[in-house]
Amino acid sequence: MAETGRRRGLTAYLLMAPAVIVLALFFVIPFYSLVAASLYEPGGSDKNGWEVTYHFANYWDAVELYWRPLVRSLVYAGAATLICLVLGYVLAYAIAFKSGRWKSLLLVLVIAPFFTSFLVRTLSWQLILADDGWIVDTLQFLHVLGDDDRLLATNFAVVMGLAYNFLPFMVLPLFASIDKIDHRLIEASGDLYSNPVVGFFKVTWPLSLPGVVSGTLLTFIPAAGDYINAELLGNTETSVIGSVIQLQATDANHPHTAAALSMILMIGILAMVLFYIRKAGTEDLL
Amino acid sequence: MAWIKERAVLVLGLLVLVYMFVPIFVVVLMSFNDPATRNVYKFDGFTMHNWLNPCEDPSMCDALGLSVRIGLLATVVATIIGTLAGFALVRWDFFGRSSSNVLIFLPMAAPEIVLGSSLLTLFVQGGFAGQLGFWTIFIAHVMFCLSFVVVTIRARLAGMNDVLEQAAADLYATPSQTFWRVTFPLVLPGILGAALLSFSLSFDDFIITNLNSGSEVTFPMYVWGVARVGLPMQVNVVGTLMLIVSLVIVLGTEVNARRRARALAT
Repeated sequence: MAETGRRRGLTAYLLMAPAVIVLALFFVIPFYSLVAASLYEPGGSDKNGWEVTYHFANYWDAVELYWRPLVRSLVYAGAATLICLVLGYVLAYAIAFKSGRWKSLLLVLVIAPFFTSFLVRTLSWQLILADDGWIVDTLQFLHVLGDDDRLLATNFAVVMGLAYNFLPFMVLPLFASIDKIDHRLIEASGDLYSNPVVGFFKVTWPLSLPGVVSGTLLTFIPAAGDYINAELLGNTETSVIGSVIQLQATDANHPHTAAALSMILMIGILAMVLFYIRKAGTEDLL
Repeated sequence: MAWIKERAVLVLGLLVLVYMFVPIFVVVLMSFNDPATRNVYKFDGFTMHNWLNPCEDPSMCDALGLSVRIGLLATVVATIIGTLAGFALVRWDFFGRSSSNVLIFLPMAAPEIVLGSSLLTLFVQGGFAGQLGFWTIFIAHVMFCLSFVVVTIRARLAGMNDVLEQAAADLYATPSQTFWRVTFPLVLPGILGAALLSFSLSFDDFIITNLNSGSEVTFPMYVWGVARVGLPMQVNVVGTLMLIVSLVIVLGTEVNARRRARALAT
């Protein structure tokens, strides 16, 4: 549609220039700096200067030292993404198909909680899951939890916090996809004697795949780098790669470790994203 | 049976929505809390004290002020630059258009910790390690808000056909008249939406800011700092206010759009 109205001319470059300059200076060049820093000679320091010696061993050293938090981050992010997918799909489906004239109001309500500060929301979970909070008390009363079991400072709390904080990134793309599905296709599957469950997996789910793909990516990527949830809702055993990078990056003797870890995280995510997009057959997502 | 099934999905969906509001409810409740001691974070009694004395801890209000200033400045700059780019990407055909789209997409696909640590590396390598502060935070925020602005504007423009603009041209409007009287008003809601998104991203950012702020303290950094020693209840007042302000803006635009649609229909 827009193809017909596209103009040609140098004006486009003038319009594009400021954005490209900002991103070149503060996104592309920093990334280059990061690559360079990841190959520093590890003996350097901020005082005596650093030298790029293509010391690839930085990568192995970083993995050897920090593979636990790295794996933990990816597992937490994966688990949180799965929870988000289930909860988000139900919510997006309900809004798209079942909400009638309340659709736009409900969409506003999905975004609304996220205008309250990320940290304040996460601290609020700290309070809700606290040892003497009513949730823990109730679960202990029902003997779901033992007397000394806790919710706060566990893996569960971290994953739940991540799932909570990134849920709208899942719901919005899912909604956009599901909302576009032609109702008549679902009715047709019913007319052809498909039961609703089969109909869902053969019609609705495949048609919503673009939303599933962008939703899972938009949830997984920030969740893998986040350390706020792990620090506020977890314990010392739940330290994630984000915390390590943050600590090493601000430590005058270890910028190379932070850089190498950032690169590893980036490469891991990129490989996963490319594989995933291939698999889901939605390359035109970009 | 079918009736129950119909409702079941809606009920489950609404339960998810309730879950999303649980911590918000706690934040609003706690803004009226009268805590017995500073370290025990429990509802002990109702008070208006926190609302009437928001700046009891002056460093919280300083942090808040810094976040608002950076948020406004970064939003203005990112929104202007991003709107121009959005127009170029939808309305023009030029060499490098698809690579520009990829360049815009990439910062959104990178985890914040990577964006933050690479920016810090650049600042340190460039010899600005001692000058980390207001301007480095500002630069970081413009950078990560920009992509979100472009994407929002691009979506708004792509969803608009140019029938009205052609009609204006047919009626002998000059290109600049067409732009300011037809195109711009139609895109304006998209621009405002992008600005709102940009402000809330900037205001709320912790991970990137924490790496590039030097000794400056933004509101999220303040909250992070006091989280361990016990939070002043005024933090919840700020959280509640943020929610109210953004809800008023969003619902206001919604009501306005409905009124317009109705006016057009009659």
